Amino acid sequence: MGRTKKMVKEELANRPDNTAFTQQRLPAWQPMLSAGIVIPGFVIIGLAFIGIGVALFVTSQSIQLLELDYTGVEQTSPCFKCSDPNAKNCMCELTFSTDTLFKGPVFFYYGLSNYFQNYRSYGVSKDDDQLSGNLDNFKSPSDTCAPYEYDRNNKPFVPCGAVANSLFNDTFKLYQIVNGAKKVVPLDGKGISWWTDYNIKYRNPAVTPLKNAFNGTVKPLYWSKPAYELDPSDPANNGFINQDFLVWMRRAALPDFRKLYRRITDGDYAEGLPAGNYSLQIAYNYPVLSFEGRKKVVFSNVSWMGGKNEFLGIAYLVIGSLCVVMSVVMLIVYAKFKFPEEE
Amino acid sequence: MTYFMSCVTSEEERRVRANDRDYNEKFQYASNCIMTSKYNIITFLPVNLFEQFQEVANTYFLFLLILQLIPQISSLSWFTTIVPLALVLSITAVKDATDDYFRHKSDNQVNNRQSQVLIRGLLQNEKWMNVRVGDIIKLENNQFVAADLLLLSSSEPHGLCYIETAELDGETNMKVRQSVSVTSELGDQNNLASFDGEVVCEPPNNKLDRFCGTLYWRDKKYTLTNQNMLLRGCVLRNTEACYGLVIFAGPDTKLMQNSGRTKFKRTSIDRLMNTLVLWIFGFLVCMGVILAVGNAVWEREVGSLFQSYLPWDPPVDNFLFSAFLSFWSYVIILNTVVPISLYVSVEVIRLGHSYFINWDQQMFCSQCNTAAEARTTTLNEELGQVEYIFSDKTGTLTQNIMSFNKCSINGQTYGKYTHTHTLSGRFIRLDFTPFNPLADPNFCFYDDTLLESVKVGDSHTHEFFRLLSLCHTVMSEEKSEGELVYKAQSPDEGALVTAARNFGFVFRSRTPGTITTTEIGRPVTYTLLAILDFNNIRKRMSVIVRNPEGRIRLYCKGADTVLLERLHPCNQELMNITSDHLNEYAADGLRTLALAYRDLSEDEWEAWSESHRCADKATNCREDRLAAAYEEIEQDMMLLGATAIEDKLQEGVPETIAVLSLANIKIWVLTGDKQETAVNIGYSCKMLTDNMTEVFIIRGHTVQSVRQDFRSVSLSAAWGEGGKQLQCPPPPPSNLMDNISGEFALVINGHSLAHALEADMEMEFVSTACACKAVICCRVTPLQKAQVVELIKKHKKAVTLAIGDGANDVSMIKSAHIGVGISGQEGIQAVLASDYSFSQFRFLQRLLLVHGRWSYLRMCRFLCYFFYKNFAFTMVHFWFGFFCGFSAQTVYDQYFITLYNIVYTSLPVLAMGIFDQDVPDQRSLEYPKLYEPGQLNLLFNKREFFICIAQGIYTSVVLFFVPCAVLSDATQSTGVPLADYQTFAVTTATALVIVVSVQIALDTGFWTVFNHVFVWGSLGSYFTIMFALHSQTLFKIFPNQFHFVGSAQSTLLQPVVWLTIALATAICIVPVLAFRFLKVDLKPQLSDTVRYTQLVRQKKRKPVGRKGRLGARSGSRRSGYAFAHQEGFGELITSGKNMRLSSLALATFASRHSSSWIDTLRRKKHTHTHTPPTGAETDIKIMYC
Repeated sequence: MGRTKKMVKEELANRPDNTAFTQQRLPAWQPMLSAGIVIPGFVIIGLAFIGIGVALFVTSQSIQLLELDYTGVEQTSPCFKCSDPNAKNCMCELTFSTDTLFKGPVFFYYGLSNYFQNYRSYGVSKDDDQLSGNLDNFKSPSDTCAPYEYDRNNKPFVPCGAVANSLFNDTFKLYQIVNGAKKVVPLDGKGISWWTDYNIKYRNPAVTPLKNAFNGTVKPLYWSKPAYELDPSDPANNGFINQDFLVWMRRAALPDFRKLYRRITDGDYAEGLPAGNYSLQIAYNYPVLSFEGRKKVVFSNVSWMGGKNEFLGIAYLVIGSLCVVMSVVMLIVYAKFKFPEEE
Repeated sequence: MTYFMSCVTSEEERRVRANDRDYNEKFQYASNCIMTSKYNIITFLPVNLFEQFQEVANTYFLFLLILQLIPQISSLSWFTTIVPLALVLSITAVKDATDDYFRHKSDNQVNNRQSQVLIRGLLQNEKWMNVRVGDIIKLENNQFVAADLLLLSSSEPHGLCYIETAELDGETNMKVRQSVSVTSELGDQNNLASFDGEVVCEPPNNKLDRFCGTLYWRDKKYTLTNQNMLLRGCVLRNTEACYGLVIFAGPDTKLMQNSGRTKFKRTSIDRLMNTLVLWIFGFLVCMGVILAVGNAVWEREVGSLFQSYLPWDPPVDNFLFSAFLSFWSYVIILNTVVPISLYVSVEVIRLGHSYFINWDQQMFCSQCNTAAEARTTTLNEELGQVEYIFSDKTGTLTQNIMSFNKCSINGQTYGKYTHTHTLSGRFIRLDFTPFNPLADPNFCFYDDTLLESVKVGDSHTHEFFRLLSLCHTVMSEEKSEGELVYKAQSPDEGALVTAARNFGFVFRSRTPGTITTTEIGRPVTYTLLAILDFNNIRKRMSVIVRNPEGRIRLYCKGADTVLLERLHPCNQELMNITSDHLNEYAADGLRTLALAYRDLSEDEWEAWSESHRCADKATNCREDRLAAAYEEIEQDMMLLGATAIEDKLQEGVPETIAVLSLANIKIWVLTGDKQETAVNIGYSCKMLTDNMTEVFIIRGHTVQSVRQDFRSVSLSAAWGEGGKQLQCPPPPPSNLMDNISGEFALVINGHSLAHALEADMEMEFVSTACACKAVICCRVTPLQKAQVVELIKKHKKAVTLAIGDGANDVSMIKSAHIGVGISGQEGIQAVLASDYSFSQFRFLQRLLLVHGRWSYLRMCRFLCYFFYKNFAFTMVHFWFGFFCGFSAQTVYDQYFITLYNIVYTSLPVLAMGIFDQDVPDQRSLEYPKLYEPGQLNLLFNKREFFICIAQGIYTSVVLFFVPCAVLSDATQSTGVPLADYQTFAVTTATALVIVVSVQIALDTGFWTVFNHVFVWGSLGSYFTIMFALHSQTLFKIFPNQFHFVGSAQSTLLQPVVWLTIALATAICIVPVLAFRFLKVDLKPQLSDTVRYTQLVRQKKRKPVGRKGRLGARSGSRRSGYAFAHQEGFGELITSGKNMRLSSLALATFASRHSSSWIDTLRRKKHTHTHTPPTGAETDIKIMYC
């Protein structure tokens, strides 16, 4: 008796556990691409996409957009004279008119084409420690900044690197021409950069006045003003947290890009740009013709989905329609070659 | 003595002096400490890393890592490669360390075994590892031999001792060893302590059956052979104690010399995977070249002009050099198309599948308490692709248990019901004990009329059982009164003698000249006059006995075909009836024997005895003359009846074979057994059926006859019976065999097989054999088994599986793609050599149709998805190259690149690879056709691979161009443009993770809780980790490392971004969905149908063909003679040679393992010292002469 008991015990010792896991019998959901799910699914997806597409398309159509190229390639262009690389402090003026109210808030962008901010060695050429206000990196910038690390006298560039060095430095002034007189359209440069860039990523060193932090450094090669004097009108908008600087430092993903320059939100223009003639005064400093680049300014307003974007709406419409067409095709196929249920 | 100066470094000969440690130490022989482990704590890291970096993939990633350290090239941070690499290396290292730990443990266990060593005349207990060469150690019964010993003396007479070599060569029968006569006289330890003989012998080698050396002692030379050696790993049996001199220790022992590295098996998926990885390397280089050329053009046309904002680096002063660097940079970026985690994931999945096999309760045998075991974890998916199964017969298909089932006595048949009929319990098992106290309680018989007939005293019945109790070569052992144990050479004979025993004719004991029986309670002693031994040609054996009354009678049992010819003519009527019975039995798959007797007068006996003696003494043609003498007396016999023995199949064998052949798996039986036996088993396990058009038997002895056989087979197979008449030279058989119709089976004999396996005929053999539905090879040697397997591997490119249980199957198990060992029976050699082991043949269907099928399916789905996801991920960089001046700018954040393969996408696909099921396990067994896609390699091949790659590339196109088109002039609702690099990176990465997650959701057919956790968990972890990496906290600690601060928040809050992601997902997934739906609808696979029916819960219908098949009984005439005997036993018995040993050595006599100690004894008589041939070889020789 004892022996049989022991044997039973031993038998249990080797027997694998009888659990759902070890026996591969875990409860499971086994979805199947049956017609009852797929065809209605396609119809629903298709209709949803068409709906979204229509909404996007209509919204996009309502957005106003105005683009003005001011590179000055053509001789007729008012900025032709400035496109000469030898011209210094050249100013040119573009005029344009709107027939209707350009609904506000209006955003004022500058755009560059054939400009490779996404080139790898361009993109890495900066020193994030330095830009977050680390004074050690003022003295000795990271070697990622090469070739804009030190000047000929071995003084460090601050801010160093190719990105900072190539800061876009055209400036614009917008006037409405009212009865022949120029009326300044106030441009708002506050909050045009990312909140995190302004508040976290870029920090000036905690030195007052800011200028002292820059002792022993030189301004980037192409800059006309040092970093601490970028905005003479607003002392808080200087150094690494200058809005224009921040906008430039957030490099673009594609070689044709636009960046926010100003907003038109104040005064008489809070509702938008009224119909009429406008004049844009450009301080043309930034050479792009050497690499066949283009410069432009863009005025645009936005909707809930951002700026004008026709592609998205059309793409949604196309995909939605294809889904509906597909569902019809599948229905026909299903009806013809019915799944052999009897087998 | 001339080469006394032999150097130690390369041992040319070994000199060992007994009891002289100082002398032996000069030679620095290995100690008895064995070390199978590879590492110790200090060497583990360097050695293991060195081994791992020998893998091409690992070296490649190391090379990438070095590239990344060059700043001009480095397009990615070093950690993007080192983190996955470290992960992969450490997982492998942990696995290696665990394996090695267990090896250490077993080493320690073995090294610390105790043995008794004679030191300075005293026996001392020493650990095995401290035993030295030249020590004399004492072994006791049932102890393992510690090292290779020279047997000096033993407690048994003549210095004999018995050993079991199961661990060494798998043979479970005992072998005898004898010491040199001078040392056997030494006896006890006092004499041995002063023994100072010196042994000069061969250096260590791995030949188990050979040893040559010389013992020098007291100025005399004694030759030493293998007969004097006890090898490590053997167990001492039936010997009280013995003393041995250690010759080889530890790693020098033959056991350790033999434990070479086993051949590493790779699956076809493995090989395909390696090819594909090479292709991907090629693809990677092509991409690199395209992008480098692009870079050269760009730098020349654009970059050179853009230098005002981005001057070329001083070393990069021209566009060609820049392109060169760009090539390497792109090799780094695009390296993720060669997935670093592929191999380690595949290993993990296989490990999981192996555990499922180990855990399967339905492959657990409760009788022998063994669960299935996946001994190799690298072959699982190949189990789903098997096309050929090579099976051993005895012990695999059959239980090697014979049961006396039916008999025909004087025209009356008994035993209507076979064992299977009686399982229902309607027929009561006969209880013999009241009638016969000596009965064997395990004996089953269900027909009481036979017992009645014995009780009534029917003379025919009595004579029938008397014959069974006398005419055999069984040895008996009676430990206590009435407790008989029979040691039969073959289980058939055991069954017959046991049957006689239960019916009152008890064989009690024998001496060379007598047989003592108890006949219905009355002891009778017969004088044994002669044994006319069995051999394969005679197919019968006889004994001539004189009963106490002095009457001489010859009893004969043998194959019906030979025996019925030798009957007295007056038996005609009885013969007809018996013959009918024999046919009946044969049709039931039983092994039959006919029994007859002949009365001899004293004169006849004297005359024959004289001629027999003459023949026996003849020097030339002794065998022939003996046969002639036997033939002379075995005439005019009176028929007694016939017996039918059931060779019990293992449980569920016919059903398993039926299911497996429905799954298109061809089953070949390779057996060392005789043709008749093998064919018989073929019928009883339904491999051969009477519905078959023809069963071809090839048994030619010469090349020509075998070739002729093949020709006629292919002719008659192609044109039916008429083919044989055609005299024209037959066209190449391969063409013929393609278009045959009908079911054929091929039976081929070992000697014909030897010719068929020769180079010029193997094609004919393969094409013929493969056209047949069943193939049985009988009388094959272990080597031939392996050759057949190799042949099919070579010519058919099919996955082969070999299954067997004995040492003779080892070669076949090792050479097949997959080797399966039947465990829980005698011998572990087959199991040790196997990749999978379980205890019942029927588990094979579950192993293949369920586990194998699932493994294959899972692995294929896993691989498809794995390549897809990596291409979708990586190729985005390629498209981006055209927009970023081919500057090797990555699209994604470097942390995303690091974590994508190892965190964000690894677990869902792993869960699918481990848990996925398309149909439940019962369905795979019900519909064996579901197994076919694996055999045809449909689920993952080069075509499927290209489809995956194409889908991956399509996805990458969508993932790049959709965000590109949308974001290029999209803005946030605050007017800030979305076209900045970081927003783009986050959008693309998120879209990618979502698309591949949706794709895995589509691919997963079986959503267990793990799949849910992993899929949702991966998505969750992606967002969590991204938000964490883009958080202010981390940025404040490492401002230089986390450039993406704030990107996640500002990007993912934009509706446009989500609309973009939704659009990209729809464009990627909708076509896949539509395609899959249409495919299921238009071209449904069987698994789809089964799944569908399962889903709609229709009445499940059993597949056709499974029933009708199994119940079929046939009535064709087959010779059922089966007598798994070897000759030579009769001689031994009459000579009395084995009488002394009978109580000892026969204890573990197994039928299959040839009684090679008997051979040894016989050869000793003839003073041969050659290697004893195996039983099969012996028999073949006999058949040739």
